[in-house]
Amino acid sequence: MNTTEISGPAPALAPPGETGGGRAAAIKDRLQQLLAFASLIVIGAYFSFASPIFFTWDNITSILFSTVVIGCLAVGTTFVIITGGIDLSIGTGMALCAVMSGVFIVNLGVPMVLGVVLAILFGGLVGFVNGFNVAVLRLPPFIATLAMMLVAEGLALVISDSTPIYFTETPGYVKISTGELVPGLPNAVLILLVVCVLAALLLGRSVLGRYTYAIGSNEQATELSGIRVGRWKIAVYTLAGLFIGLAGVMISARLGSAQPATGMGYELQAIAAVVIGGTSLSGGKGTILGTVIGALIISVLNNGLQLLSIAQEWQSVILGVVILVAVYADMARKKEA
Amino acid sequence: MAELLLEASGVTKGFPGVQALSDMRLDLRHGEVLALVGENGAGKSTLMKLLSGVHSPDAGEFRLEGEPYRPADARTALASGVSIIHQEFNLMPHLTVAQNIFIGREPRRARVGLSERALNAQAGELLDRLGIRLDPRQGVGSLTVAKQQMVEIAKALAHEPKVLIMDEPTAALNDAEVETLHGLIRRFTTPRTGVIYISHRMDELKVISDRITVIRDGRFVRTVDTAATSVAEVVSLMVGRELVDEGRPVNVRDDREVVLSVRGLSTRSLLRDVSFDLRRGEILGFAGLMGAGRTEVARAIVGADRRTGRLELAGRPVTIRNPADAARLGIGYLSEDRKHLGLLLEQDVSTNIALPSLSERYSTAGWVRGRGIRAGAREMIARLRIKTPSENQTTKNLSGGNQQKVVIAKWLVKDCDILIFDEPTRGIDVGAKAEIYALLNELAESGKSIIMISSELPEVLRMSHRVVVMAEGRVSGVLDHHEATQESVMHLATLRPASADDPSVALAATPTSPPTPSPGEGATHA
Repeated sequence: MNTTEISGPAPALAPPGETGGGRAAAIKDRLQQLLAFASLIVIGAYFSFASPIFFTWDNITSILFSTVVIGCLAVGTTFVIITGGIDLSIGTGMALCAVMSGVFIVNLGVPMVLGVVLAILFGGLVGFVNGFNVAVLRLPPFIATLAMMLVAEGLALVISDSTPIYFTETPGYVKISTGELVPGLPNAVLILLVVCVLAALLLGRSVLGRYTYAIGSNEQATELSGIRVGRWKIAVYTLAGLFIGLAGVMISARLGSAQPATGMGYELQAIAAVVIGGTSLSGGKGTILGTVIGALIISVLNNGLQLLSIAQEWQSVILGVVILVAVYADMARKKEA
Repeated sequence: MAELLLEASGVTKGFPGVQALSDMRLDLRHGEVLALVGENGAGKSTLMKLLSGVHSPDAGEFRLEGEPYRPADARTALASGVSIIHQEFNLMPHLTVAQNIFIGREPRRARVGLSERALNAQAGELLDRLGIRLDPRQGVGSLTVAKQQMVEIAKALAHEPKVLIMDEPTAALNDAEVETLHGLIRRFTTPRTGVIYISHRMDELKVISDRITVIRDGRFVRTVDTAATSVAEVVSLMVGRELVDEGRPVNVRDDREVVLSVRGLSTRSLLRDVSFDLRRGEILGFAGLMGAGRTEVARAIVGADRRTGRLELAGRPVTIRNPADAARLGIGYLSEDRKHLGLLLEQDVSTNIALPSLSERYSTAGWVRGRGIRAGAREMIARLRIKTPSENQTTKNLSGGNQQKVVIAKWLVKDCDILIFDEPTRGIDVGAKAEIYALLNELAESGKSIIMISSELPEVLRMSHRVVVMAEGRVSGVLDHHEATQESVMHLATLRPASADDPSVALAATPTSPPTPSPGEGATHA
């Protein structure tokens, strides 16, 4: 029952004296992001003390560099999760898009730029199918995207004949990731930055973004407000698909090859980043900045723990605990508010 | 005189925005069936929730056989000997009759193992004792509603309660099934036990109850001996309020043009051939009992559910496939369930107000103009006198009345000419109700056409220029405001389908027999 949350003891009219109600809530939301950001700083500070290498420009760019793929996936998925959905197909979907990029550019000899665009659009197609299954066939997002995860995993292997596709003929392809338009900063990081700003604008300022929040807050009320919820859901999943495609290009450019089997598991890392960033899995709440911070926390942890020579296995354990703590703290804060 | 079985004195309970019970009294004697009657929102459900431990009273106390009775939850209520059968069943359809009856108290074998055989034997014995003919091994989901009701009763009686409380147990039963139920109640009532029986069927109260307690607006009105009272007297106690003082519809005129014609609206499950006209600047009331199909008509019009039938806007046939089509044509539906179907509670007021008109009014090339949204919201806050610290306030922090105004604002910004209000004042306190009424009148006067669905008959009579009365999925009559009285509306609302099929009977505004006095009681979902 919601009645407990209505302010004021007797008449339920909002007390007129309390003029800062809305602003206080906004400040609280900011504070939450500050908290996530603060924990990122604390973790970073700890590693700086523990390891002399951590706080060097080289290491920081390498952290940023390693955030790119998970970051792309997480940003796209943020939209889906804010609608109250989930997308499990982003990991293997990414592998499929990487393979498609290889097929277009290496096997079919399509010009590189066009190939990249086609690969990204192919990701959009994957997302569109997800959206269609969720919005038109009304399958639960978990099931629809779980099925797509398996389909994409299989297709990536079938299309590539289970062998990596190498971009040795097109050295420019690797430059997408490792080139430095801005000296000292890999292009991949630059691309992530641009994409994040675009996504944040889209989520915060566009009609699509508003409807994304509205659908996640209350899908039925949104439908009854005369909004074609189905179409907008398809748009959101398609958008997430474009990010899958971009991630596919970024990972194959970084590796110099399309690895059809590298994808499974990325979806959970990306979802973890979204959740650590304060987006609610039940929908209606979340920000791109939060997701980016979430993704950074994951990379910083991975990087720092590696520098401290902590075994890979323990890194997983620590990441799991961080997710529990982050989400629990978020819930506790909300209950208090 | 022997002590009372159950006694309530001075019981008070308030929720934000609503004083549900004030200084409530109730006394149940040993060996009697006490009927509890009152209109929608009179406080019956709240009283039940206090007795079953869902809520605790703000003030006052209950006594069970002289001892203070303060149930912490449903479990302790049951342990103290108070069993409640709610209007909505609490049965698990995939379990068997026996499993449902003994849920949580299954006979164990060696502490952990379940013995299905012992369970069925015990359930069979209980059902025999109660005279209920049911196979304990049958799945509950495959039973008729009446049989499920029997399972609920068996489950309640398996606890061997001293007090049995039943909330409209016969709402879904036919006459023969009601007989069976009454037989069960008589068998249960012994000098050690008592029954509180909530119902709105006056005829059956005469048959089953010993005394009748009437409550109104959360207060105790009177307890009368059933044998010494008439149906009319109970009804007048229930209705109580002076309708004359509450005003009558304003600005009624017969010469308005028709803006919306609905013809032959039918749905697979309920509606049958619903037809009516809505005129410009009129408030068209929709009355009827629970399940009569009023909300379904609204949802069918805006295309929220599948249906057949024709719609005409100002004489032109239109196709409405979904709420988006309806919104585009200027028809807004304001749901009875504001929290689930009307508002984004976690979003702020301005977002809610702008939502239906975001894409055509508040955006340029897909980008939202936030400043415009906030300015529009501020305008509406001033115009509708919405009490909120600012347009940035989260909507769930507003009172029911102000939330309702936010919903109205949504559709005004959208510039809708036809507004369908479903229970516009549900969950809103008395002061805010008057404001909503004034607002509805203002809107109608400004040329908006309003369909107002309400379970509160006084509200329908006070506001409506004409009243459409529904019964069992059909329109059983349309009354002009001067023909519409409690009696004429209730007569039409309680027509059986057989007579409702015959328009000459259905349209007769003068009741030939005493009307069933049950002002929309059934619509309590509580």
